[in-house]
Amino acid sequence: MTFEIFLQHLSNAVSLGSLYALIAIGYTMVYGILRLINFAHGDIFMLGGYFAFYALTTFLMPWWVGFIVAIGLTALLGMSIEKVAYRPLRDSPKVSVLISAIGVSFLIESLGVVIFGGIQKAFPIPDLFGKVMMIGNIYIVSVNFFIPVIAFIFLVGLMYLINKTKTGMAMRALSRDHETARLMGIDVDKVIAYTFGLGSLLAAVGGIMWGMKYPQLYPLMGVMPGLKCFIAAVVGGIGNITGAVLGGLIIGILEIMTVAFLPDLTGYRDAFAFILLIIILLVKPTGLMGENLAEKV
Amino acid sequence: MLKIRDLHVNYGGIKALKGININVPDGKIITLIGGNGAGKSTTLRAAVGLVKLSGGSILYDNNDLTGIKTKDIVSKGLVLVPEGRRVFANLTIHENLVLGAYARKDKLEIERDREKVLMLFPRLKERLKQKAGTLSGGEQQMLAVGRAIMTKPKLLMMDEPSLGLAPLIVKNIFEIIQNINKLGVTILLIEQNAKAALEIADYGYVMETGNIVMEGPGRELLNNEDVKKAYLGIA
Ligand SMILES: Nc1ncnc2c1ncn2[C@@H]1O[C@H](COP(=O)(O)OP(=O)(O)O)[C@@H](O)[C@H]1O
Ligand SMILES: [Mg+2]
Repeated sequence: MTFEIFLQHLSNAVSLGSLYALIAIGYTMVYGILRLINFAHGDIFMLGGYFAFYALTTFLMPWWVGFIVAIGLTALLGMSIEKVAYRPLRDSPKVSVLISAIGVSFLIESLGVVIFGGIQKAFPIPDLFGKVMMIGNIYIVSVNFFIPVIAFIFLVGLMYLINKTKTGMAMRALSRDHETARLMGIDVDKVIAYTFGLGSLLAAVGGIMWGMKYPQLYPLMGVMPGLKCFIAAVVGGIGNITGAVLGGLIIGILEIMTVAFLPDLTGYRDAFAFILLIIILLVKPTGLMGENLAEKV
Repeated sequence: MLKIRDLHVNYGGIKALKGININVPDGKIITLIGGNGAGKSTTLRAAVGLVKLSGGSILYDNNDLTGIKTKDIVSKGLVLVPEGRRVFANLTIHENLVLGAYARKDKLEIERDREKVLMLFPRLKERLKQKAGTLSGGEQQMLAVGRAIMTKPKLLMMDEPSLGLAPLIVKNIFEIIQNINKLGVTILLIEQNAKAALEIADYGYVMETGNIVMEGPGRELLNNEDVKKAYLGIA
């Protein structure tokens, strides 16, 4: 393998890792605040892709308008799911909410098959993202260049929001103590809704870029990335955003590089994340960046 | 200012409060003393809407608080410093104070209150950028009180602020409570440290297993033989 080919694989790996990172953040933020694994998160990712698809094909929007609309719609949908399926169960046992999440996931997938159709749809890639670019000596599809860049921009925005704004402070406070947050006059339901909106927004960005990278959509496309990104969040230390990013990058890079170096293992590419999960759970159950939480699922 | 009328609270089958009456007049320091499990915390938690009432009513400024959300009660100036301080350990001291003023919009006054808090607690001023979890117990209590002041309380309720603190710091805390009161904030203080609480209180209530068993001016209770025996460790 030449160095150029290695770099090509690496660019592909980093771009996949960045997508995983974006999706993993949604799992980790919701878990951090509600101690809930939002099983529907992978399906929200899928919807982000489809919304963009229809915005560009049916509604013929300019791509950037379509993307913004799709991201906004997905964020609203994520907030609605929380309101309808999780909020009424706020005082119920954790397992009830978990079951509700699984139900929402199945509902979205089934509705997806009914409404979008089970057949794969080709994603209409805007020219900007479909070009082959030459950077130094390597050729890469421009989307693989843009994905890490865009992911990075969103990450910086997210970090600003979490660390510098009052809402971000409230989110961090909620991750420790809902009751005391209430005593500060914080509207806890609103902050939780924002958290879902934010996680869904990032998932939509991921879904759209996924659509451009593997230019097709299907209703179950969120299942496997959803699982892997949940694993990424656990590997990084669930509840920890930096950990989720790290976990996503590691799983993406591991997956692509193993297949690149050991083509015989191609058939097992979906298994690497699970193997990593098992190793982490054995060696450092709190994850790479995780703290000891009293309560774990 | 606060009138608790025939308040009942049940936790499942446990009757934690069995019809208590408490009056907190404007500008005073009122204390509620009693042993562990008497129902003191439950009383305050009911007032801010953290537990549901099973019966009775709570009037604040003549408004019934039943069914009102905690955040809205807090915005009206009925503020609780919870038992065990509960500072946000993962946030800095500065951020804890900012969150205290979360629902407020009056920027100028928030800044003034912040200065007031930092003057009241100079130790916090030196540590603004530090995580609250790194503070000592006494400092955390000061932060919890400072954070509550940022909420702009008219009636500040404190749940055992002296719990687990060294005697010198306890003395300090009680002085601070009096100072806050002098600034015009009404105080409802829960304590197991009955002597210190009764010494600064205008009026006191003694609670046992969900009932108020005695009440009277602070001095009077201090000299009451039953109170002395049960709560002040004097035979
Ligand atoms: N969340 C709860 N669930 C069940 N029982 C509780 C709960 N909180 C308090 N209790 C019970 O209610 C009674 C009063 O408790 P509490 O108000 O905390 O007393 P105090 O603050 O005076 O120590 C106790 O018997 C306690 O065990
Ligand atoms: Mg108590």
